[in-house]
Order: sequence, then C-alpha cells, then structure tokens
Amino acid sequence: MADLKELYRQVILDHYRNPRRRGKLSGPHVHAEGLNPSCGDEFFLDIRVEDGAITDAAIEGQGCSISQASGSMMMDAIVGKTIDEVRGVSGQFKLMMGIDEGEDPLDHERPGAVLGDLEALQGVRKFPVRIKCADLPWTTLAEALERAEV
Amino acid sequence: MTDLTHLRDDFPILSREVNGHPLVYLDSAATTQKPVQVLDAVDHYYRTMNANVHRGAHALSVEATDAYEGARARVASFINAGSPNEVVFTRGTTSALNIIAYGYGLNVLKPGDKVLLTIMEHHSNIVPWQLIARHTGVELVYLDLTEDYEVDLSQLDRILDDAVKIITVSGMSNVTGTLGPVTQLVAAAKSVGAIVVVDGAQLVPHYPTDVEALGADFLVFSGHKMLGPTGIGVMWGKAERLEELEPTEGGGEMISDVQLYESRWAAVPQKFEAGTPPIAQAIGLGAAVDYLEKIGMTAVREHEVDITGYALERLADVPELTVYGPSDPSRRGGAVSFELADIHAHDVATILDQYGIAVRAGHHCAKPLMRHLEVAATARASFYVYNTHDDVDRLVDALMEARKVFGLDG
Ligand SMILES: Cc1ncc(COP(=O)(O)O)c(C=O)c1O
Repeated sequence: MADLKELYRQVILDHYRNPRRRGKLSGPHVHAEGLNPSCGDEFFLDIRVEDGAITDAAIEGQGCSISQASGSMMMDAIVGKTIDEVRGVSGQFKLMMGIDEGEDPLDHERPGAVLGDLEALQGVRKFPVRIKCADLPWTTLAEALERAEV
Repeated sequence: MTDLTHLRDDFPILSREVNGHPLVYLDSAATTQKPVQVLDAVDHYYRTMNANVHRGAHALSVEATDAYEGARARVASFINAGSPNEVVFTRGTTSALNIIAYGYGLNVLKPGDKVLLTIMEHHSNIVPWQLIARHTGVELVYLDLTEDYEVDLSQLDRILDDAVKIITVSGMSNVTGTLGPVTQLVAAAKSVGAIVVVDGAQLVPHYPTDVEALGADFLVFSGHKMLGPTGIGVMWGKAERLEELEPTEGGGEMISDVQLYESRWAAVPQKFEAGTPPIAQAIGLGAAVDYLEKIGMTAVREHEVDITGYALERLADVPELTVYGPSDPSRRGGAVSFELADIHAHDVATILDQYGIAVRAGHHCAKPLMRHLEVAATARASFYVYNTHDDVDRLVDALMEARKVFGLDG
C-alpha cells in the first residue's frame, strides 16, 4: 500500500495528533471559518496582522488528519511572515497540490527546502477527493486576509 | 442462518475490482446495487414501449401506461396497501416528505400547532418541517435517544398534547440502525388526534412492511435503496389522508379541469403526480419489488440480522473501536456506525477504499443525531442481501491495516 504510506506520512500524523497553535487569540485579530459541508470538516482561524505581517495565529476545529495537519503546518509556515511571503507560500502550496495549474514549485533534490513540512502533503494528490481537505485551511486563510484588508 | 450468497451473481457490479481488490460494497444505506432483473426491466421499457403515460391512444402509450400502473399495483401489494390508488410515485423519500410537510402546511397547520420528531431523523425529515414552520408558525418538538440508542418514550407524556398534529419518525435510523417505535407512536397519536408519518427509507428495504399493521397515516420510501433505480420513490397514504392533503405541484396529469383562474384536481394518486412521471424508474422499482418478494422479506430480514450480528461480533475484536447503535441485532437494522481509535472517519474510509471496501464516512445527513452522540463524523458499514460474512471479514482485516497506517498496534 505504497500510496497509503505516501498519504499518511509520519509528519502528517504528528501534526494531526499534536497540532500547533491550537486555541483562540485574545486581543485584536481577524477570524475566519472554513466549513466543508459535504464531510463536516471545520477549520477556525484567528490571525493578528501588524505592519504588513502575521504576528500571531491560532486554530480550532475538527476534521480528518489531512485537513487538520494541513492547518497545523500552515501555522508553522505563516506566523512571523509578511503578507507577501504568506501569499507566496499559499501560491506554492496550491501549485504543489495541483489546485492551481503551473510548474511544480518543489526542489525534489532537497525535500522540505521550499515548503517545509507542508511538502509531506504531496501524497494527497493521488487521492483527488481529499485535496479539498488539504485546501480547507488555505481557503480559510484567504478569507481571513481579505477580512484583514491587507 | 439465511444464505443468500447465490444472489450475488445477479449483481454485475459485484464482480468488478476497486483499487486492485474485488469490490466489497458496504454502503447500501446510501444506495443499493441493482440486479440484472431491474436493469433489464428498465432497458426493456426503453427498447420496446417507450412513450408518455396517460396521454396517447397509440399502442406504445397504452403499453407504457399499463407497465407504469402495473408497477404501482406491485408496490401496493408489496406493502399491503388497501389500493394502488394509495401509492403515489415521487422522486424519492425526500420529495415525499416535502409534499407531506408543505401539503399540510398549506391548509391544515396553524400557529401554535406542533410537529413531533425524533433527534435521529435524517435531514430530509427535519428541514422540510423547519421550512413549513417558518410559514405556519408551528413548533417542532423532539424526542431524544436513550443511552441504549432507543427513542426515549419516557418523555412522551410530557411532550404530547392536543397541539401535536403530526408525529414523524424514521422507521430505521440510517446511522445507528435504531428501529423507530412506530407502534407506540401510532397509539400516542390516536390519543391526541395527530397523524403519523413514517420515513421508511431504511425500513421498507430491510423489513417486512404491512401498512395496515403499521397503523401509520403515511409511509414514504426510496426505490434506489431497495434495488430499484434512482429518481423514484413512494408516498403511501391512507385514502382519506391523501384526499385532505393539498397538492404542492401543479401541471399536467394532476388536473381534471383547468379554467383560466382556477382548476380542479385529478383524483388521487394523479393529484400528486404533476408532469411526466419517472416511468422507466417506476417500472424498475416494480421489478425490484418482484425480486425482493421472490427472496421473501422475512428472509431478507433474517439475513440482515445474521450479518449485522456477525459484524457486531467481529468489530468487537478490533481494538479501540466504538460502535454507535443498539447491540442486539434483532432490535436494529444493518447500518453500523463506528469510530476507530483517533482515526477520523474520512481517513478510515480512504484506507478501506484502497482495499476495495466501500463505506460511508461523515455525518450521514443526520447532524442533530451526531451532536447527540457527540461525534463529528463516523464511518458506516451497511449491509444488504448480497453481503456475506466474507465481506465482514475483509472489513475487519482492513480496519486492522488502518490501525497500522496510523501507527497503532495491531
Ligand atoms: C432514513 C432516511 N431518510 C431519508 C433519506 C433520503 O432518501 P432520498 O435521498 O432517497 O430522498 C435517507 C437516505 O439518504 C435515509 O436513510
């Protein structure tokens, strides 16, 4: 079951079981909610934007390992980054997943060099119905950025 | 034990492979597979007698009408209805429940009236009532489930009063397999003059059904969950109920006369069948009913009790697996919902799919029930006449593999 091993890599299970930055933000922040009505996955995101950068973030919700791990990995990938950098990461993620069409952004000689842990989600591409699970945190992020009017 | 293994040859799809494994289809609560007898009936209709019904004087139309009305008569006899005229063809369970909710909402229900439901209902038996509640001001009241996943009738006395006009209940839950307490609710309804609607989407395919013995006012079900085609369902109603129920769709077929500003309705059941009906689908349902009668619904139910019992027994051996539903197979249906350790239901379903096993994962269109069970999603294996103990064994083996994929001990 090589495809299954590809899909459920250890690092994904690790993020699923030990998600980063779980909770809510206090103080000024924007909130966005992503729902997948067909499967019931929920993803709640708080981000704080200061001086054109995401300075803090927190997530809540429930769902499958793919959606929850993707959200947890997103925390590592966006906190402390400028909005431009965050948009860049999001764009590369969507290229990697085949959500957006374009060239593969990864450097396969150096695993993790471009998108860090997020690269473990490549295996999801072989399971087309699960791509929307991986994408849920990222569509939620796009909505939060829109609300932050950045 | 009722052995129906020989039936498998009638289902062409069961010989296909999925992801390199022979298909194990455990999603019959969502929709069942179709035997060649049903496929042939639909095909034969299109090839030899395709025409609109109740319209032409030409030979094809007469034959099509006979076949369509013949299907109605077979369905009527299958559920022991008093007359074929009590059988209205609809698009399915959902559309039948909407017709009843809106039909009563239009001219019977008043502000302050109540509709009594249970929290185990499918969304299709909740949302239509919420929609008419907005128009009529009726109040929805719910019966809970007990810890043993039975409908909690101990609250009935407290809830039941003369304001309750409609009691609507699932005959069998598509999540927990719980059997709805129809007999008790029919008795309760009599005491306050309410009518009883039974959602038979899961009941009728799996349980010998006799509407006279059931005592309800309406019974609705879907053809596709009982070996028939999609797009066809049944609204059975007592003759006097169908008379008082307003039609909710107007058009051809459903009128006896049309004037510029008003019309008169056709007699029941045509009153509820506006427009060209799903003719081929009704004929396919007739063939499905024939097929089930040949097996015998008592044998269908015995097979289900047997395989559900075997599944509950085998699943009990899988570490950290929780089943949500009654434990006695003779007091439940064959939809078995479960959770495996900390593996989300969608992950379970994806892994099983890699082994050729089809199960449903999610909220099963029953979010209020899921909230009551305090789970966001479950995986569900559901059985029908073509499933075998071997299918259950393959399910259990693949669940053990799922544990490994998630790094849990065998
Ligand atoms: C208990 C129950 N009620 C209603 C329905 C709705 O049936 P349909 O989608 O065929 O209208 C289903 C099936 O999905 C069901 O299991």
